[in-house]
Amino acid sequence: MSAPSNNNWSRRSIFRAAAGVAAAGTLAACGSNNGRGGGSGSGTQLTQYFHAYGEAGTEQALKRYAAAYKKADVSTNWITGNNFESALFAALLTKKAPDVFEFHPQLQLVKSGQVADLSDIIDPVKDDFNPNDINSHTVDGKIYGIRMIDDPQFFYYRKSMLEKAKVDVPTTLDELLEAAAKLTTSKVKGVFLGNDFSAIQNPIIWSAGADTINDKNEIAYHTDGVIGGLKQLRKLFTSGNVLLDAPTDFWDPSSLNQGLCAIQWGGMWSMPAMQKALGDDLGIFPFPKIGSAGKLSVYNGGWSIFVNAKGNNVDAAKEYVKWLWIDQKKYQEDWATSYGFHIPPRTSIASGATKLKSGLAAEGVKLFTDYGHFDNIAYDQTMQTAFADVIASSVRKNGDPEAALDTCDKKVNVELKKLFG
Amino acid sequence: MSTTTTRGVAQPAPAKASPARPRRGLRGNPTVNFWLFTGPFLVGLAIFVIVPIGWSIWLSFFDARYTVTPSHFIGFDNYKQILTNSGFPDSLLTFTVFAAFIVPTTWALSLGLALLVNQLRFMRAFFRSVFFLPTAVSYVAAALIWKMSIFSGVRFGLANTVIGWFGADTIAWMSNPTPPWYWLVIVTLRLWIQSGFYMILFLAALQNIPAELYEAAAIDGAKRGWQTFRYITLPQLRATSTAVILLLLIAAYQAFDEFFNIVGQKATWAQTPLMELYKTALGTSQDYGAGSAGAVILSLLICLVTLIQGKFMGFGRGDESK
Repeated sequence: MSAPSNNNWSRRSIFRAAAGVAAAGTLAACGSNNGRGGGSGSGTQLTQYFHAYGEAGTEQALKRYAAAYKKADVSTNWITGNNFESALFAALLTKKAPDVFEFHPQLQLVKSGQVADLSDIIDPVKDDFNPNDINSHTVDGKIYGIRMIDDPQFFYYRKSMLEKAKVDVPTTLDELLEAAAKLTTSKVKGVFLGNDFSAIQNPIIWSAGADTINDKNEIAYHTDGVIGGLKQLRKLFTSGNVLLDAPTDFWDPSSLNQGLCAIQWGGMWSMPAMQKALGDDLGIFPFPKIGSAGKLSVYNGGWSIFVNAKGNNVDAAKEYVKWLWIDQKKYQEDWATSYGFHIPPRTSIASGATKLKSGLAAEGVKLFTDYGHFDNIAYDQTMQTAFADVIASSVRKNGDPEAALDTCDKKVNVELKKLFG
Repeated sequence: MSTTTTRGVAQPAPAKASPARPRRGLRGNPTVNFWLFTGPFLVGLAIFVIVPIGWSIWLSFFDARYTVTPSHFIGFDNYKQILTNSGFPDSLLTFTVFAAFIVPTTWALSLGLALLVNQLRFMRAFFRSVFFLPTAVSYVAAALIWKMSIFSGVRFGLANTVIGWFGADTIAWMSNPTPPWYWLVIVTLRLWIQSGFYMILFLAALQNIPAELYEAAAIDGAKRGWQTFRYITLPQLRATSTAVILLLLIAAYQAFDEFFNIVGQKATWAQTPLMELYKTALGTSQDYGAGSAGAVILSLLICLVTLIQGKFMGFGRGDESK
């Protein structure tokens, strides 16, 4: 071969090689951003999915627990943004599905065989758990998830603002409307219920003395009390006394902390941040009664840990979950009380959690115990979305609540039929 | 392929120097060249477009919840559900209203900008770039700016500050659908992002109109301004206009990002078709069957509209229309 053509070739091969290296580098970069610590490479690899908790230190804490586990190499996917569900469910369909993930109890996950039966690891300590937290994860006698934290949601208020406006803590929705009117000034709005009001979609059902669905798995939310509540909320929404389109939503303490509102719906997790910003100028109360049959209510949300039954390492994943969320009580307490405030679902931990024993935190625990409603595993996301549409069309829009509930009934009944035949 | 032949004819010298190079046969073979150049694209097209479309059609006939490999065949139930018991039909209406407004508005605005920039005697490149720049911004980033700083509902949001100067009360631009201020938020954002891009298309077309036409018109007594615009510029832009309207229409059909971020999923209004499908299939319901059924319906609609538009406005017949 002649020299020039040789040169020609080698130049090309250099380019080709360079392109190859670049491509390989990109691929390698994709693979390495997985939160794994060192590249030991030996032993079982497990992946866990968590939504990004807002409180500082949570991500580090979770990775610290995982690193302390010796039997497997656990990597954490910390999903930021408000689409944890989408990211999680999309990943569950793939080969790179997480082995362990946090979510809320969902009957559909059990029915589709997505989550593994964890009865054998929970049963020995079953009595230590809050019975409601066992109940909400049980289907046909089998327990499918471990509750990590219980998160009651209630109203926070600025004591000083209520005193100044000579307003008592509201116990009925009517009083809340009046309070909102009296508390609203040119700078401060009376009340903040989240930007789209969907945060209180369950409490208005319970506070009206109704329920989402009953024991026989029939619709229980379609009552006159709930309709009355929706009408009052519509009044509140249009009154100009509600904070809307705030920079942060109800789950963030900023709106109350920055003085944008006097009363804010929020979660127990926000309490440390609010106390830090406002000191003693802070009180809490449950969702007020709606109508004559009304009851005070608190929504006991929370997060549970599940094992992907379709994963490659079900046994290893169960072992890890048992180690962290059953055996390691120190970590469980740290997770529940060191960052935001959450209530540990296990009596033995809750009774020793000194941070929740006094002051406002103790009041929060009391609201949780006295007025709390837990998730119903059969009231699934599809039904919740259907009811969120009721809020949208009859509270934020001037639609007829009765008609909105009828539309919701149709969707919920289709779903109930799919689940229970 | 014609380039290969010309090249062979134009370069006889190297052929003489090494007459037996094995690569030559490969290079000269048009079939191999065809597959070499289109192959990677076709493979990508098959993997990322054709297979998913087929899969989606298949899924739409199954009860596919929390799975994309379902086994329970349910016929047209998914189609029935998505058409009768969901927000999907409403979303098609939402889209129609949106498209009926945004397509002509963007068309007019970008044409207007193009005409203005085309008239400039100096700093033309500067203004062209300035108007084009927003195209580089992603819808999500822009939606967050619109939502959190310009149209924030608190009293110190930009829009609320401005109306505050005139003594008006604060407005919840996005939460409160009556009056539907959210359209202002969405439409201004879309105009800001899109107009510059279509302006460039119009600008290119404007510069392609032969100057003789205007001269001839001037000699025939056409007045500058409206008359020349109406009878010369506009007809000459017909091919570009058709393409722009088609692109705008498709973009409107595909609207998602700014609606998702500004209106959100917890609303019953201003839900575009793609948002409804996202909610059904990829959101918390994970109903891939019903979602696919909706996607199939939407694809058929887009095909139909495109064909009709092509028939009436002659897309692809650009040369004839000149």
